[in-house]
Amino acid sequence: MTRRDPRLLLQSAPFLRRGITTPRLMVDVLIALVPVVLAAVYFFGLSAILVIVAATAGAALTEWVFGPDRRRGGSLTDGSTILTGVLLGLCLPPGIALWMAFLGGAVGVGLGKLVFGGLGQNIFNPALVGRAFLQAAFPTAITTWTQQGAITELLTIRPSNFALPFMQAPAPAADAVDAISAATPLGLMKFQNIPTGVEQLLLGNTAGSLGETCAIVIIICGVILAIRRTFDWRIPVSILGTVAVFSTIVWLFDRTEYPSPWLMLCSGGLLFGAVYMATDPVTSPITPRGAWIFGLGIGLLVVLIRIWGGLPEGVMYAILLMNAATPLIERIAQPRAFGRGRAVA
Amino acid sequence: MNTPPDPGRLYREFAKGIWKENPVFVQVLGMCPMLAVTNSAINAVAMGAATAFVLIGSSFLVSLLRSFIPKQVRISTYIIIIATFVTVADFTLKAAVPSVHKELGAFIALIVVNCLILGRQEAFASRNSVRLAVADAIGMAAGFAFALLCLGATREILGSGSLFGHLLFGEHFEPWVIMVLPPGGFIMLGVILLFFGFLRERKIRRRTRVSEEAAS
Repeated sequence: MTRRDPRLLLQSAPFLRRGITTPRLMVDVLIALVPVVLAAVYFFGLSAILVIVAATAGAALTEWVFGPDRRRGGSLTDGSTILTGVLLGLCLPPGIALWMAFLGGAVGVGLGKLVFGGLGQNIFNPALVGRAFLQAAFPTAITTWTQQGAITELLTIRPSNFALPFMQAPAPAADAVDAISAATPLGLMKFQNIPTGVEQLLLGNTAGSLGETCAIVIIICGVILAIRRTFDWRIPVSILGTVAVFSTIVWLFDRTEYPSPWLMLCSGGLLFGAVYMATDPVTSPITPRGAWIFGLGIGLLVVLIRIWGGLPEGVMYAILLMNAATPLIERIAQPRAFGRGRAVA
Repeated sequence: MNTPPDPGRLYREFAKGIWKENPVFVQVLGMCPMLAVTNSAINAVAMGAATAFVLIGSSFLVSLLRSFIPKQVRISTYIIIIATFVTVADFTLKAAVPSVHKELGAFIALIVVNCLILGRQEAFASRNSVRLAVADAIGMAAGFAFALLCLGATREILGSGSLFGHLLFGEHFEPWVIMVLPPGGFIMLGVILLFFGFLRERKIRRRTRVSEEAAS
């Protein structure tokens, strides 16, 4: 009686698996970030690499020291920490001191993820927590944008990267690369009312954070990721759609005062945030209806902050606020398992 | 009734407030002044001293009057006693160090509602002898001041690069603006609580390991 029938295979659902694991997913996104990193290096020189490496080092070291795994550094192998570090590095300005990038990575992983219990438990996107901390701690350094370069300046390193820990960057020499500061397209629009051409924005030939300037690369990578179903396509589509509709309405009221929808869509961190930040599977809703609501909320908040807020850019705060709302969204967007009509909670 | 408590008991009541039952790190009481006035070490010291004066004074008086205070109106009586000492502290600070008084502002008056003080009256002073109550109050006040100083010093070092107004890092320090703002208080308090929680957990782990080894 103890012998099992070899023809009868007992197994419980689910039977269909996609074979996707957390490390696979993270590596997919990391591969999709390579073109963005290359664009950042093209426009901002070796500084881009240095800032990204510093942020990743801060994130990885924190995970290694405080990570949940018994085996030292075991939780590093799922790749999520590396991804957090790279994402954080890509949304920092090129001239930021390396110690600040490192600190941002450490705070993002430490306070954004590990205090909640590690990957999968966090409420907020860790990379954005790191950036929000840096924004609150060093408001000047994180909004000092240096002029973008071209391929000829590939090897340039900005001296302000090498400020000693806890110290300000030394005042730049008159002919140094970081002596020329520049404004982002959104800052130009908001404070001086100068619009930037769409072709400039698409190519990325503007000042800004490392990874956010080159719109066309982000769009292509985003489409590839969406086709591979690495993330839910509904989230970026609803964010961008909401921003397009809402900013068109505002723009039609006063075409000189408010930025055009094209400028809104292609400038600042909107595309980068919509594709890489808002789609974080941990901090965004998983139900289809929830994803639409989530994106709608982010889009509305982005336009509100950009046009009527004090800051020229608001993608970070919009995503963080909607991260906080995610559990509530999941509750109201719960699909009903069987039958029709309203679900009874 | 009138036998003095033995010195060992006296010392225990004093010492528990500093570490084992620290009002901030263990009991998590008195969070309002903890977060509001700790953006510099000097403010933390002033607030610690004012709270210590009020706590020790009112513990002494409440313990002295404990057999006269009717049970039904005890809370309001404690509050009146506390408020008296707070007013004394308020006026003294105003006269002696007007600059610090200006920095602390309304938070001096708000010592009245610090639940650490009322809690000690209700839980300890109203049912113990004067000596024990004062020993307990001194311990709790020292623990509270220690916690305030921890938070105030870290926030001042990171937020303005100085300690008690002396520059630590020279002219080119990059201040962490967030640390002198309210969110910095919350973050730093969280980090400090995390650290003390970690110490406590490690101690428990060690003790269980020792007892397991002893058992096996």
